[in-house]
Amino acid sequence: MRVALFATCLVDTVAPQVAMATARLLERLGHEVVVPAGQACCGQMHVNTGYRREAVPIVANHVRAFAGAEAIVSPSGSCVASIHHQQAMVLRRAGEDELAAEAEALAERTYELSQFLVDVLGVTDVGAYYPHRVTYHPTCHSLRLLRVGDRPLQLLRAVRGLELVELPGAEQCCGFGGTFSIKNSDTSTAMLTDKMANVLSTHAEVCTAGDASCLMHIGGGLSRLRSGTRTVHLAEILASTEDAVSPHQTTRPAVPA
Amino acid sequence: MTTAPERTDPTPLAPGAPRSGTTFLGLPTAPRGVGHLRGDRPFPDAARDALRDGQLRANLGHATSTIRAKRARVVGEVPDWEQLRQAGKALKTATMARLDEHLVELERQVTARGGTVHWARDAEEANAIVTRLVQATGTDEVVKVKSMATQEIGLNEALEAAGITAHETDLAELIVQLGDDAPSHILVPAIHKNRAEIREIFLRTMPQFQGEGADRDLPDEPRRLAMAARTHLRERFLRAKVAISGANFAVAETGTLAVVESEGNGRMCLTLPQTLITVMGIEKLVPTWRDLEVFLQLLPRSSTGERMNPYTSTWTGVTPGDGPQEFHLVLLDNGRTAVLADEVGREALHCIRCSACLNVCPVYERTGGHSYGSVYPGPIGAVLSPQLTGVEDNASLPYASSLCGACYDACPVAIDIPSILVHLRAEHVEAQEKTTPEAAAFKALSTAMSHPRLWRLTQRAAGLGRLLARGRPTLPPVLPPPASGWTRSRDLPTPPRETFTQAWAREHGGRS
Repeated sequence: MRVALFATCLVDTVAPQVAMATARLLERLGHEVVVPAGQACCGQMHVNTGYRREAVPIVANHVRAFAGAEAIVSPSGSCVASIHHQQAMVLRRAGEDELAAEAEALAERTYELSQFLVDVLGVTDVGAYYPHRVTYHPTCHSLRLLRVGDRPLQLLRAVRGLELVELPGAEQCCGFGGTFSIKNSDTSTAMLTDKMANVLSTHAEVCTAGDASCLMHIGGGLSRLRSGTRTVHLAEILASTEDAVSPHQTTRPAVPA
Repeated sequence: MTTAPERTDPTPLAPGAPRSGTTFLGLPTAPRGVGHLRGDRPFPDAARDALRDGQLRANLGHATSTIRAKRARVVGEVPDWEQLRQAGKALKTATMARLDEHLVELERQVTARGGTVHWARDAEEANAIVTRLVQATGTDEVVKVKSMATQEIGLNEALEAAGITAHETDLAELIVQLGDDAPSHILVPAIHKNRAEIREIFLRTMPQFQGEGADRDLPDEPRRLAMAARTHLRERFLRAKVAISGANFAVAETGTLAVVESEGNGRMCLTLPQTLITVMGIEKLVPTWRDLEVFLQLLPRSSTGERMNPYTSTWTGVTPGDGPQEFHLVLLDNGRTAVLADEVGREALHCIRCSACLNVCPVYERTGGHSYGSVYPGPIGAVLSPQLTGVEDNASLPYASSLCGACYDACPVAIDIPSILVHLRAEHVEAQEKTTPEAAAFKALSTAMSHPRLWRLTQRAAGLGRLLARGRPTLPPVLPPPASGWTRSRDLPTPPRETFTQAWAREHGGRS
């Protein structure tokens, strides 16, 4: 299958290894990956901060960039949820009915990575190898907007060498919430502290999730505490193999034994 | 019989609302200077202090996790919960679409059965009506059933100003009243207090524990605390001539009011006094008795985590020789019609005040209810309060959420709270007349993100941030605002030398 990769603005700019891992993984599974050059952002940050009018040209750009794509895959539950639940609504409100219909059609062909792997490709064992103790945080939008359920866990359970430990209070928000993390910095930090306490209680080397944004939040807190526990995107874990570890990844334990 | 209060101000606008000649500027919102819908401080400031209160955090964490588990258990045992939930939503949507007709029918039925209906445009009118009704009875004290509507309009303060003492009889409301405190939860107003703190309040304020020779032996056991409250209240129940209540539901087809509760204090108030005055938000109405079937299943499981609430009291007008011989129903708008006019926001009026959204909210669990500044805290408060007052009077509340969506999943009438929050944020942004620095930044970013070439340049500029890191994996922890909001407690990774799209284009010879 020819798969168009939507990196998302955040991954493209600050966590390129996540998109690269997504591409490597899909190619390894025998699919052709294209990266439409016109892509930028889904518009979610604007919509959720109250700038729904300013989001209109961003959404329009997204629809233009991916027009004609057979299937679109993105390593972000949150951005895919925005594409599904917000893009057409924002366009309709601005009177852009035709574009809204295009956005809706595009959303139907847009998948979050774990959904694409399990539901569309029908694989749970992607042939990955990741010899680490890992805990999984189900991000809110993957969980409650996209309802990805246990798909990421099915994928993780099939990874060789990976020891999966359950995260207590897994379904509680990490406190990121986009601009919430800055506008309500103190409350966001209080939520993060409790999330980190749960992550650290698992003694995992790695905390993984399907959203680079939430991981940047949890990872930023863990890094500030010098905890040694790292955050690694699900795509990076699934892209890892014994003989093809991409240059941007590491299979070294976060905390040397 | 129906009364309409006299009004000195002929304009339909609330005090403080912008006025411009005869131009109609929208429906009236809840007036300023009366009631408890607005806080003194923006949410982030109030929350900052609350987050440092370790006792509050411990009390709330314990209480919300207990009630969350109870709710999950009893909701889980209902096989058709999702259908019930959708039925509740459908009933509310249909009722709101013809609320005006239903209200007139309710008035007709209540009046036909010996009650009196009063229409209150806002908190001031409602307070004036109730004060006048109490004064007409000649008494100077009333007993109260727990009611959100009367908290919303600040009725106790209005009565006090007229020399009338209002005794709260719900145990948690009593704790709050005796402690000279404010409610912090819709269902459990004293959720922020633990039993040791409650014991202290009782010992300090209840007449039975004062004076020489008073038996001050009061352990902090729930049973003994409840017994102390019982002794304190019993005397007031027997003496009261007037009771004031809210209502969970009003059935339009028969003019019947309903209150659901756990303690029985409500039943005492609704049956013992001679006069009963009920203050009810206009959105509490249901057209028929059949509708109650759905809500009486949804409400107790969602609120107290019980299959059925211990007391469901219903009353219809006046029954000669039995119960209150005078019944007044005050129908309160106080901004509700303005909410109804908003196609997205109106869903907030579907709320049945179960408080399930508060109990599952990670923000509420940590900041507590007082941080919201309104009697309606938590997720539902963050969408209801700003709409009742006008968004600009509660502009920080729509942002008091990480949009995690737990509230929507827990809501028994499926109110899409996250979508309303996002809508209200936009209403706030669009109400600004001057361009804020934030708005300028978002506009610039919008331009960049809709022009791929400009976006690539912007990404490169952001990448230059790595120079600040001087080779370290993270940026310096001290950055200027607004980045400081992040870096005070979290590291920011150093931006990479190359974006993904750059790396991909390089690997694929410039092709995408």
